[in-house]
Amino acid sequence: MTKPLGSFPGGLVLDGQKKRSTHVSIRKTPLSKTLILPLQQHIGEASTPIVKVGDTVLKGQKIARAEGHVSVYLHAPSSGVITAIDDQAIPHPSGLSALCITIKTDSEDRWIDLQETPDFTRLSEHDIRHKIREAGIVGLGGAGFPSFIKLNPGVHHHVETLIINGVECEPYITCDDMIMRERADGILDGIEIMRYALRVQNCVIVIEDNKPEAISAMELALKRRQSQFQNTSIVIIPTRYPTGSEKQLIQVVTGKQVPSHGLPIDIGIVCHNVGTSYAIGRAIIHGEPLISRIVTVTGTDVKHAGNFETLLGTPMHELLSFCETQRETDEPFILGGPMMGYNLSGDHLPITKTANCILVGVDNAAPKREPLPCIRCGDCATACPVSLLPQQLYWYSRSKDLEKTREYNLFDCIECGCCSYVCPSEIPLVHYFRFAKTETMTQELETEKADTARLRHENRLERHEAEKKEKEERQRQRKLALAATKAAKEKAEAEKANASESSTDNQET
Amino acid sequence: MLTAILAITIMALIFGLLLGYASIRFKVEGDPIADQIDKLLPQTQCGQCSFPGCRPYSEAIANGEADINRCPPGGESTIQALADLLEVEAKPLDDECGVEKPKTLAVIVEDRCIGCTLCIQACPVDAILGAAKQMHTVIADECTGCELCVPPCPVDCIDMVETKLNPNTWRWPDPAHVNLTLEDQS
Repeated sequence: MTKPLGSFPGGLVLDGQKKRSTHVSIRKTPLSKTLILPLQQHIGEASTPIVKVGDTVLKGQKIARAEGHVSVYLHAPSSGVITAIDDQAIPHPSGLSALCITIKTDSEDRWIDLQETPDFTRLSEHDIRHKIREAGIVGLGGAGFPSFIKLNPGVHHHVETLIINGVECEPYITCDDMIMRERADGILDGIEIMRYALRVQNCVIVIEDNKPEAISAMELALKRRQSQFQNTSIVIIPTRYPTGSEKQLIQVVTGKQVPSHGLPIDIGIVCHNVGTSYAIGRAIIHGEPLISRIVTVTGTDVKHAGNFETLLGTPMHELLSFCETQRETDEPFILGGPMMGYNLSGDHLPITKTANCILVGVDNAAPKREPLPCIRCGDCATACPVSLLPQQLYWYSRSKDLEKTREYNLFDCIECGCCSYVCPSEIPLVHYFRFAKTETMTQELETEKADTARLRHENRLERHEAEKKEKEERQRQRKLALAATKAAKEKAEAEKANASESSTDNQET
Repeated sequence: MLTAILAITIMALIFGLLLGYASIRFKVEGDPIADQIDKLLPQTQCGQCSFPGCRPYSEAIANGEADINRCPPGGESTIQALADLLEVEAKPLDDECGVEKPKTLAVIVEDRCIGCTLCIQACPVDAILGAAKQMHTVIADECTGCELCVPPCPVDCIDMVETKLNPNTWRWPDPAHVNLTLEDQS
């Protein structure tokens, strides 16, 4: 056990509310009759379907392939028949639809042949990354970034430390806590593989001090396999929100700051979530692709709160009815935690790779009120973990002065919600920042598109000009040629006339 | 008296030379104002402003020959941006040119296309692909939605389809605006 080295500014100490969902062990959600699988459950390009409607698929069979570099494969979570490949509502703050594959399960849950590799050192680092990509593994902490990319430091970077994130700082969520308590060995398997793929010795597993059971479970597992994990240690850090955020965690553990617009790899650090680590272990050693995840279902309106190993694509209402919620139909609930999650209105939406928590009913929820004017108290700036000036950003976002928001480093905002939480005027600050961010990105996209259109139009005009000139040139040439032949003809005729004249002359003489 | 006149004359001469030299030495190619205006226009090249493309329109604005409210695809935001740039009062869109519409995309109904190439000739950004007596198709990424390909089509096989929002291009609604609608409801 080592001590944390640093800290970050701001942050909040929140009431964890985690006990509600940790008193029972992880349970399996019953198999759903239909599974809806969005083709984009990760950051990057959506996967491309490789099955047709009517195809029979087995559990763990690939149903969509990665498209482009930043993308992963998608698998059938259970055996059954593909009934549709069409647009369906997905869990997204917009409430919009996207392409999904729907599977009607046959309740046999028949696995495809799995390729086990108990001794992963037979594989090269490249093979491991490839397998992780083929297993569809993405960051399960919530962001959903393809994990194989983070395991590829490239030739220009040297990785010094692998950080395993078991912090889970957001209130209510306990899926990482439970996986550490119950599947510590599986997490260590994943860590071993990642250390091998990254060629890194040092590894720290970071856990907040409000999870004593998880800490002792991990310590026990580590002790049992001490010979393999000599340079691995557990760091216990004080509970503070948002320590679970990658950059803040690195700051706490190492005292180093990830540069703005930079990546942890720039300072020699790679960070993975405990759930991801477990999934990597299952994928490489047991050959199981990512077809399920652990979802916390909790909140004041949930009768049997807890953690549920749920197949991807399971409609949320099945999970909610399994836990017996007192939720009224159409009552909105939160996907994610109370700080960073977003409201969903429909419960027919599927569980995706990034769905870590379903929260129905929050303790002492204040009634939503109209925001009052900003009084410039500065509490938001004190709470901000990335040292931004939320109130300045608020003014500029509000007046849509996007250039200024950028100057004030809007894109460094991690949307943790600390500023909105402390605001005495209850201004939805993060909402303003998200608005300004998407607005800026759309504007950039539009400018880019306009630039291409301008270029294409100019090229077209140029081409037309060139064609016109060519045509004129051809016409001129033809005219010249015509004139030349005409002249030649005339000359020949004149010569002929001359010749005949001279011959008559000769005759005359 | 004489010295003063002399001094001022010499000074005028020197400054004149200096200015003359500077205007040659630091000459700016092209028309920077027209360039700046062109940057703000949406580049649909639709000609609704009555000029043959965005560039000619921006030159006309720069020369004071056209008003800033003649661009329907750009709409209110473009007018506002132009007004800010030129430091003039923003005004509503000229109805003569058209109305602000949601973004659209040309789609060729391929069953009906006879391969006449007329739309290819009309497209200002070369976004239609095809050859004589071969089916044509629109490159969706390049289409600006200018509608110039619609009238020439002899079989009326081009539809303007509203571009659908997807989760990747979706924007968070303006919170200030959301609050207003809440107030309206209450």
